[in-house]
Amino acid sequence: MKIAISSMGETLESAVSEKFGRAPYFIIVNTENMEFVSIKNSAESMQGGAGPEAVRQLSAHGVNAVLTGSLGPNAKSAIEAAKIKAVVGLSGTKTVKQAIEEYKTVSK
Amino acid sequence: MIISIASGKGGTGKTTVAVNIALSLKNVQLIDCDVEEPNDAIFLKPQIEKTESVSLPLPEVDLNKCDYCGICADVCAFKAINVFKPISKEGNVLFLPHLCHNCGACAMYCPKKAISEKQKQIGIIEIGRSGSIEYVCGKLDIGEIKSPQLIREVKKKINKNKTVILDCPPGTSCPMMNAVKGSDFCLLVTEPTPFGLHDLNLAVETVKKMRLKFGVLVNRATDSRIIDDYCEKMNIVLLGSIPFDKEIAKLYSKGDAFLLTKDKYKSFFIELIEKIKVHCAVKL
Repeated sequence: MKIAISSMGETLESAVSEKFGRAPYFIIVNTENMEFVSIKNSAESMQGGAGPEAVRQLSAHGVNAVLTGSLGPNAKSAIEAAKIKAVVGLSGTKTVKQAIEEYKTVSK
Repeated sequence: MIISIASGKGGTGKTTVAVNIALSLKNVQLIDCDVEEPNDAIFLKPQIEKTESVSLPLPEVDLNKCDYCGICADVCAFKAINVFKPISKEGNVLFLPHLCHNCGACAMYCPKKAISEKQKQIGIIEIGRSGSIEYVCGKLDIGEIKSPQLIREVKKKINKNKTVILDCPPGTSCPMMNAVKGSDFCLLVTEPTPFGLHDLNLAVETVKKMRLKFGVLVNRATDSRIIDDYCEKMNIVLLGSIPFDKEIAKLYSKGDAFLLTKDKYKSFFIELIEKIKVHCAVKL
């Protein structure tokens, strides 16, 4: 399963970004082997429609679920349309790695 | 001549000034461009003779014809149409109507002809009269956000044979800019308060950038010289002031244009227009 986490940086040690559409990076992790790629969010500085654009990038990477702080209304519609599962409420004090591990324990 | 009445800050007296100017002139057309909350009718009590619907085209996607190529999303400048390609799950197209600027590019560029356009009403235009005043008013439908588009349609009703008064929306964003655009003179109504000054300054910067001729009118004037000093410093024409008068406020709260009861103001507004005409004759 591929999980995307909105992130402030490019590594698993980076802090989680509480913002989704305007997150600087996304870390996409394969939960089976913990391999990951980081993508620079091209929607970060868009004037409008950042949420849907961020979802489009994740959808193109075949992401199944997103972990983030909160989703704007447009992002929410887009996540639903792209049939991606969203988990919100992540705190920016966590690292990406902690967020994934927590998610793995909870979803077990 | 087209005179737009704007303010920056809301609630400074644009409507009061617009209505009273209209009442003091002959051969005048008053256009309420504050389509989100038009209220000139409260004071003018016009008879509506005609109502027109204003619609905009919105795309509709036929998913049976769509192959998720994504061209529509690429040509959309506002991300109103989003294509999720079928990767590990079925594809989908998401249309966000409030982001759409109705340009029609998605339908035009769709290679599969899967997108058609459907008209959706965003508001209405009321046309009528109040005495000798020709009255036009745009009313945005509840829940709609495309006031600039409606304002542009409303302004197509401008009658160039008359003195046209445009009562504009507050602020300095797209609705205000669409309303004041093309006017011969923009009258900025303000109040002598820090808020009034702050937003007046924003409005001044906006109309300067739009290269409009403009001047300032102080409403609810007190002893404060906050606006006078600003205008002096910035070399801006101060066209007059309406005093902070309880009687005016009472008439306003009853929905009466104060000019009708307080005759001395008739000459005030006529003189105001004369001053504006002089300024319009002067090149920027």
